[in-house]
Amino acid sequence: MRTAIVDDVIDTAALLDEAQRDSNGAIVLFVGTVRDNNSGRLVTGIDYACYGAMAARELASICAEAAERFATVDIVVEHRIGHLTVGETSLAIAVGHARRATAYEASRYVIEQIKRRLPIWKREEYTDGTREWVDPTAVAVVGPES
Amino acid sequence: MTVTALLFASYADVLQRESIEFTLPHGATVSDVVSRVRALPGGAMLPPTPLVAVNHEYARADVVLSSGDEVAIIPPVAGG
Repeated sequence: MRTAIVDDVIDTAALLDEAQRDSNGAIVLFVGTVRDNNSGRLVTGIDYACYGAMAARELASICAEAAERFATVDIVVEHRIGHLTVGETSLAIAVGHARRATAYEASRYVIEQIKRRLPIWKREEYTDGTREWVDPTAVAVVGPES
Repeated sequence: MTVTALLFASYADVLQRESIEFTLPHGATVSDVVSRVRALPGGAMLPPTPLVAVNHEYARADVVLSSGDEVAIIPPVAGG
């Protein structure tokens, strides 16, 4: 098991290698990437910021919980911070397990806990030059402009 | 006693700073720090009960603080 907050490109192939073990019948790799739109606005990039000391500790806790809950130590997670452009990888989670169903469940657990608990924030940059912090708790307004 | 409040992302922007030191009476709680922050210019933008971590661990509003504690006021997280 290994977790890291990094400020450079995430090597997903290396994460897959780390999660490999001869007794594993499956490795699930989740990759989060920067998309070019959000809530109808065109996005050119994202600045990721974090509370470093706590984020490292919390990410390790999440993976330790997953390791215990799903009985595998083959969990490798990296979350990138800093400025990322569209298409770049912000997060990678590799989970190896004897069974694919459990590997999927463990991967899902890790990403959902990251979304709930990891003290990381993102500020989107839009094509019109403006920037805004993303608030996932904000109520999305969907519908025609009036 | 003295504690340090840390602010991040949108909260740091509206308060125009990333950390604030407060001198508080013994027995002060997380809630007291939040109230002090919310009383500052721009602080009303923060919710009355934001997520808070004390010394890198999430903490409830009624947790009693010690001198030197680091009280992080956590905006809605958006990792991934």
